[in-house]
Amino acid sequence: MSSPRTYAYYPGCSGLGTSMEYDISTRAVCKALGMTLTDIPDWSCCGSTPAHTVDHSFSTALSARNLKIAAKAGLSTVTTPCPSCLTNLKTAGKNVKDAEFKKKVEILLDGQLPELPEVMSVLQALYEDIGADVVAEHVKKPLTGLKVACYYGCIMNRPPEVMEFDDPEHPIAMDKLMEAAGATVIPFPLKVECCGASLGVARKDVVAKLTGKLIDTAAGLGVDALVTACPLCQMNLDLRQDQANAALGTRHRIPVFYYTQLLGLAFDLPEEALGLDKLCVDPHHALETAKERAQNTKVREETA
Amino acid sequence: MKIGVFVCHCGSNIAGAVDPAKVAESARALPDVVIATDTLYACSEPGQQGIIDAVKEYELDGVVVASCTPRMHEATFRRAVERAGINRYMFEMANIREHVSWIGKDKEANTNKAAELVGMAVEKLRRDRPLIPKQFDINKRVMIIGGGVAGIQAALDCADGGLEVILVEKTSSIGGKMAKLDKTFPTVDCSSCILGPRMVDVAQHPNITLYAYSEIESISGYVGNFQANIRKKTTYVDWELCTGCGLCMEKCPSKKSTDHFNEKVGVTTAINIPFPQAIPKKAVIDAEFCTKLIKGKCGVCAKVCPSKAIKYEMEDEVVTENVGAVVVATGFDLFDYSVYGEYGAGKYPDVITSLQYERLLSASGPTGGHIKRPSDGKEPKNIVFIQCVGSRDKSVDRPYCSGFCCMYTAKQAILTKDHIPDSQSYVFYMDIRSPGKMYDEFTRRAMEEYGARYIRGRVAMVYPKGEKYIVRGADTLMGTTAEIEADLVVLAVGAEAAKGSPQLAEKLRISYDKYGFFMEGHPKLKPVETNTAGVYLAGACQGPKDIPSSVAQGSAAAAKVLGLFSKDKLESDPQVSHVEIKRCVGCGKCVETCPFGAVKLVDFRGMPKAEVIETVCQGCGICAVTCPQGAIQLEHFTDNQILAEVNALCRS
Repeated sequence: MSSPRTYAYYPGCSGLGTSMEYDISTRAVCKALGMTLTDIPDWSCCGSTPAHTVDHSFSTALSARNLKIAAKAGLSTVTTPCPSCLTNLKTAGKNVKDAEFKKKVEILLDGQLPELPEVMSVLQALYEDIGADVVAEHVKKPLTGLKVACYYGCIMNRPPEVMEFDDPEHPIAMDKLMEAAGATVIPFPLKVECCGASLGVARKDVVAKLTGKLIDTAAGLGVDALVTACPLCQMNLDLRQDQANAALGTRHRIPVFYYTQLLGLAFDLPEEALGLDKLCVDPHHALETAKERAQNTKVREETA
Repeated sequence: MKIGVFVCHCGSNIAGAVDPAKVAESARALPDVVIATDTLYACSEPGQQGIIDAVKEYELDGVVVASCTPRMHEATFRRAVERAGINRYMFEMANIREHVSWIGKDKEANTNKAAELVGMAVEKLRRDRPLIPKQFDINKRVMIIGGGVAGIQAALDCADGGLEVILVEKTSSIGGKMAKLDKTFPTVDCSSCILGPRMVDVAQHPNITLYAYSEIESISGYVGNFQANIRKKTTYVDWELCTGCGLCMEKCPSKKSTDHFNEKVGVTTAINIPFPQAIPKKAVIDAEFCTKLIKGKCGVCAKVCPSKAIKYEMEDEVVTENVGAVVVATGFDLFDYSVYGEYGAGKYPDVITSLQYERLLSASGPTGGHIKRPSDGKEPKNIVFIQCVGSRDKSVDRPYCSGFCCMYTAKQAILTKDHIPDSQSYVFYMDIRSPGKMYDEFTRRAMEEYGARYIRGRVAMVYPKGEKYIVRGADTLMGTTAEIEADLVVLAVGAEAAKGSPQLAEKLRISYDKYGFFMEGHPKLKPVETNTAGVYLAGACQGPKDIPSSVAQGSAAAAKVLGLFSKDKLESDPQVSHVEIKRCVGCGKCVETCPFGAVKLVDFRGMPKAEVIETVCQGCGICAVTCPQGAIQLEHFTDNQILAEVNALCRS
C-alpha cells in the first residue's frame, strides 16, 4: 500500500438523491481508511445514459468538464462510487485521446482541455490502492457469520478495454473486500448480469424478470444479503424486490447492501453514517441471523 | 548478344492497368534487344512456343519475360528457353503484375514503371552467363516428425514404397489425437479399431524405425542430405527390456499422476503405459509424480519388474540420423477454452471439452464408456454442446473455422443418444459446416433421427443452479434468448497450432503463419510442399483438418518423397556463392555470417582462404554483402549485375 492519496471525488447525481446512503457510507469508509476525498467544485451531470445515445461529443463534453475542473484543482485521480458515472468519465478520457474528437469537445467547452486526470471507481481505489489486507486491519467488528453474494452489475468491469479493472466475467474485488470484512462470500454466478437498469421506468416487466432471477438465484444459494456497488442495481434489487416477487410468485426478503455500508459496519462506524435506514428491505434481520450463526458456530467449536 | 523481350498481358491482369504494346515498343530501343513483342499469355503453350520460335528465328542469346512473379513461372520459362537450345540461366523475368498492375491504377505511370523494370532486366541479362548445375547423391531415407494418423499414413506409404523411414513421435505412443477418439464421423466406426492395425503395421514394418518419446533437437543440411539430431527423452525404463506387461502399473503406489491420454479426466500411476493399444507398448515414468525420483524412496516398480527394465538413473540421449527428406506431421493442439470465463470451464466440474467427452464415451476411457458427470458420477440427461469455442471468434484471436467441430459435435450428439436413450442433446451453433462426403447427411441424422435440438446462436453464459447448469444464449432464428437446464456442458473446442510449432519451423527453415500453422508452398498447387526443398507437410500442422484430409495429405506427402527419391541424383542450384581466390584475404567474415554454415576457411598455399560448399549454399547472398574485398560473389546476382540494374533505373 502506498501512502493514502488524495482523490477528486465525483458523487454523481444519484449520490445526492436516490443513493444517498452509498455516498455517505463511501465518504465514511474512505475517511476511516485515511483517504482524502476532495469534491470536484461545481461538478455537473456526467450525461448519464441519455447523453451518449444522442451525441458522443456532447456526452464527452459533459464528463470532460468535470475532469477539467479536477485537473485545474491539481488532482491527478478522480474517483466515483457510481459505475455509470465511471463509464462516462472513463469513456470521455479515452475519446479525447483522438485529436479530431478532442477539437469538437473543446469547441463545446469554450477552451482547450488540459491533460485529464485518471479515473477509477471507489471500489478499484479500495482494492488496488488501499488493498484488502489494509482494509482487514481496520476491521473492529468482523461480519462473521454473514453470508453474502457480491453483485457487481454489468458495467463496473465492462467493457474491459474501457474499465481496465478486474475480470470482466468473474470480478473478485468486492468479494475480497467482503472477505476482509469477515463475511462469508458465496460464489455468485450471476455477479455481472444485467438487473434491467433504467428499463424500470419504461418496461417494469423486463426489470422484474431480470432482478427476480438475480434475487431468486441468490436466495437459492442461501445468502443472507446481496452486496452491490451500483446505485441503479441497488434500487432495482431493493426497492423493486416486491415487484420482482410479484412477477415471479416468490416471497424473498433479501436485504441489498452497498459494499461500503458493510465495510462501515465492520469498521464499527455509527449506523447513521452508513444510512442503513435508507434501505427498503430491512437489513437488521439478516444481521441478527448472522450474529446468531456466528454465536452458534462458536459454541459448537468450544464444545467440540 | 541478341536479346528477345516478351511482355505478357496476363489477360486483363496486366493489360488492364499496363499497356503491354508500349512496354514492348520501349524495349526495342534497349541495347542488344533484337525483338520485343507483347503476348496474351506468355505461360500458355502458344506463348511458350512463340518464345521458342523467336529464339530460333533471331538466334537469341537471352530472353526477358515481363509477366507475373518468378515464384509462379520462372521455372516454366527457364524450361522453355532450354527447349529452344539456350542455357536456362540466360533468362530474366520482370514482375509487372504483382509489382505494377495489381498495385497501381494509373495506366500511364504503370506502363512507364513496367518499361523501367524491363530495362533493368535487360541490363542484368546482358551480364548473365550460362550456369551449369552440379549433381549430387541423395540419401534415400525419410524422416517423419509426428506419429498421428497423418504421420502414420506417410510412414507406411513411404515404407511400402521401399524407403527406409525414421518416425519421430514426442509422446510415448503413436496414434495422436485420433487414438483418443471413440468413434469417427460420418461412418461412426470405432477409431481405435481402424487406427490400431495401422499402428501395429508401423511397429512391425521392417523399414520403419520408431523413435517414440523423442523430439527433434536440431536439423541441418539440404534436400537429399539432411542430418537430424533426435533427443530421446528419459523414460527411466529400458525399452529394450520392457515387455509392456503392466505389472509396474499395478503395483505403483503413486496413483495421482496426470492422465494425459485421458485428457486429465481421472488419474493414472506415475509409471504407466498410456493406453492398452499403445505402440510401442512400453512403460514411462512421469518424473513429476514418481516418489522414487522425487524423494529417493519407493522403488516398487524396479522390484516387481520381471525383466529388470527400470533405470532411475537414465538420462536423455541424442542420436543422429541422416535422411534425404522430411515430412512434418506434428498435428494440432486444442484451443485453451479457459479464456472464455463466461463458460466457466475449469471452474465448474461439469463443463468439459469435447475431447474429454470423447474419453467418457470411449470403452477404454476412465469410465469404461459410461457417460458420468465428473462432479458426482451421475448419468446426465440434458447435455448441451456449445460450438465454436475458439473458432470463428476474433475476440480470442481465432478468426478461422476449425472445420471439424460441427461434425464431431453431431457425432457426439448421436453417440449420446446411443449411450443414454432417454437423454436430450442441445447444440448451440453458428452455422453448420459439413461439406465433406456424407457429412451433411450425417448432421441431418443427428437432428432428425436422433432428435438433437439445434439452436442457432452463441452462448452468453453458463452458471450453476443447484446441481444443474443454466446455459443461456441467443436463439437468433427465434429472435429470443434460450435458456437450457443442463446436467453436462460440452465445449466444442477448436484447433490451434501445436505448441512449439514456430520453434520447429525455425529448425526446419520452413514458414509458418501468424497462428503458428506451417505454410504450404502454394495454397492451391503445392499443398504438401514447403518453401524448403525436401521438407513436406501432412495433416493438421498445416491447418485444422479432419481424419480423411489428414490421411490424404499423408499419402500425398509420401508420394512427393517417393517422387523425389525416384531420381538417383539431384541437381544443385548453380546460383550459389563463388570465391575469387586472388581477392580473398581470409578474414573469415563470410564464415561468421553464413546462416547455413556453407562457407569455410581452407589453407591455400599457407594462406587462409574462404571456400563455398556449393551443396549447402542457399544463394542468399549475405556473404557477398559482408565481404570487404568484394571477393565473394553470388552467381547470377553479381555486384556488376545489380549495379547495372540500378544504373538502368537511374538513366531512365
